[in-house]
Amino acid sequence: MSQDQKHQVLKRKLGPEDLRRFETPAIERESHGQTSAKSSVPDSASTVAVDFAGVTKSYGNKVVVDELSFSVASGECFGLLGPNGAGKSTIARMLLGMTCPDAGAITVLGVPVPARARLARRGIGVVPQFDNLDQELTVRENLLVFGRYFGMSTRQSEAVIPSLLEFARLERKADARVSELSGGMKRCLTMARALINDPQLIVMDEPTTGLDPHARHLIWERLRALLARGKTIILTTHFMEEAERLCDRLCVLEKGRNIAEGGPQALIDEHIGCQVMEIYGGDPHELLSLVKPHSQRIEVSGETLYCYAPDPDQVRTQLQGRAGLRLLLRPANLEDVFLRLTGREMEE
Amino acid sequence: MIEGFAAALPANAWNWVAVWRRNYLAWKKVSLVTILGNLADPMIYLFGLGTGLGIMVGRVDGASYIAFLAAGMVAVSAMTASTMETLYAAFARMHSQRTWEAMLYTHVTLGDIVLGELAWAATKAFLAGTAITIVTATLGYAAWPSVLYALPIIALTGCVFASLAMVVTALSPSYDYFVFYQTLVLTPMMFLSGAVFPSDQLPGAFQQIARCMPLSHAIDLIRPVMLDRPIGGIALHVGVLGLYALLPFFLSMALLRRRLMR
Repeated sequence: MSQDQKHQVLKRKLGPEDLRRFETPAIERESHGQTSAKSSVPDSASTVAVDFAGVTKSYGNKVVVDELSFSVASGECFGLLGPNGAGKSTIARMLLGMTCPDAGAITVLGVPVPARARLARRGIGVVPQFDNLDQELTVRENLLVFGRYFGMSTRQSEAVIPSLLEFARLERKADARVSELSGGMKRCLTMARALINDPQLIVMDEPTTGLDPHARHLIWERLRALLARGKTIILTTHFMEEAERLCDRLCVLEKGRNIAEGGPQALIDEHIGCQVMEIYGGDPHELLSLVKPHSQRIEVSGETLYCYAPDPDQVRTQLQGRAGLRLLLRPANLEDVFLRLTGREMEE
Repeated sequence: MIEGFAAALPANAWNWVAVWRRNYLAWKKVSLVTILGNLADPMIYLFGLGTGLGIMVGRVDGASYIAFLAAGMVAVSAMTASTMETLYAAFARMHSQRTWEAMLYTHVTLGDIVLGELAWAATKAFLAGTAITIVTATLGYAAWPSVLYALPIIALTGCVFASLAMVVTALSPSYDYFVFYQTLVLTPMMFLSGAVFPSDQLPGAFQQIARCMPLSHAIDLIRPVMLDRPIGGIALHVGVLGLYALLPFFLSMALLRRRLMR
């Protein structure tokens, strides 16, 4: 996508709300000129939780994040959607000040990162892609020790641990070793751990990767509970369904570039805008010529034909009488958007 | 770049305590086993070599061989305990267990982590060295009460070798590389530094090398206090040990920042 196109994509989504968002950073920058803000908790009244402006990061010759700009409002669930290698984890690390960008500016909870990352982290909870719980300690000890890393006394941690265990549904496992927990329980404990400092912003890097469907639904439900409490969530995922289900807005990434941004349904309406007919069971290339006149766009993937048709009945009529064909009409989803934008399948 | 390095430095004078306490909590659960393990090895060397070789060697520098060897074994046990902790256990926490990664999500900086790990390794070295000191003193191979002066030197020796090992940890792609450091650096150092025989028996060139090694400075401090003899050049020995503790600490932090925060 050219730079012009990218600007158009960005321009399209600007509403009154966005404009307000653009005004705030200026005020913030002013207030951060003062060093007196050093000991204060990151600004919670701000409407912008996270702002990336033209952020670039490369390793050697490989550009991982390419002039990325996006902005996350307080209280929203913002998704970073893209295949593995799209730069999602690098973005999460930069947000935490664990990696320095080569160019661009990052503001998190009103403070510049990485310059003041330690202050920003006071208001951030992290649920990483790979469990890094302390295997040698029990569930309770994990929370206690993590509280200490934030400077919390044993008493302070013990005051919040019962509610965290309840949140993670681990009341009965408080004294179990982490190694005795199931994958879903571990992820719940990681979420509880991320809440020990009562963060305003929670960064979740692929929170449900590698979990079974039960655990995945539990995590989704817990995540909703956090949103209901007014937390801001940044979620990276390569599961389209997850993004569609949870995110208020999302940004589609390809090779570290922001190729589309908006609400899931808005993106679907904008880029697809019709139902999708999946046709399989025949020679896709032969079928292609048959249905082409009646479709907005057609894509072939393996033996399946994806037919984006404003009037699916016409397509159905075209294919009537052909034996062995299976037709599936379904609403368009984010995966279709992604295929449309990148012109190829996701690399898993 | 300099700003980035500043962010990796310890955040304040006490943040590392949280890291130390994490290690202490995990260690407490298996403390008995590890104390026995840490003690057994140097004790076997001390009594195996001390009594066995002692029969042939007779007296060394005016002391029984086992009393001479005791000071060497105290220093070597401190060296081994802090090296093992920093090479294997700290590497696991950095690499496979990702414990450090979780710490970096919090108020703890990379410098705090390194400092906490070094303090912890030095603590284990102190425990190991002190245990042997107590045993040797009880058996009458060390002079009382001057042997008590050995305790702070043992702690400092622990810091030195934790700090040096942290550089190796920061550079190693995997566990397999640690063995090079142990066999090519530590073992020769043990033989050159006067732990098992007086280093003035060595050819001149080797004596020069020995003088640059931190272990010989540790032994030059520990042996006189254990045998209740006057010590020469305290400031020099402590100064060299201090440098060996500080310089690798900063080097390892710079290396770890490149490794973990790129």
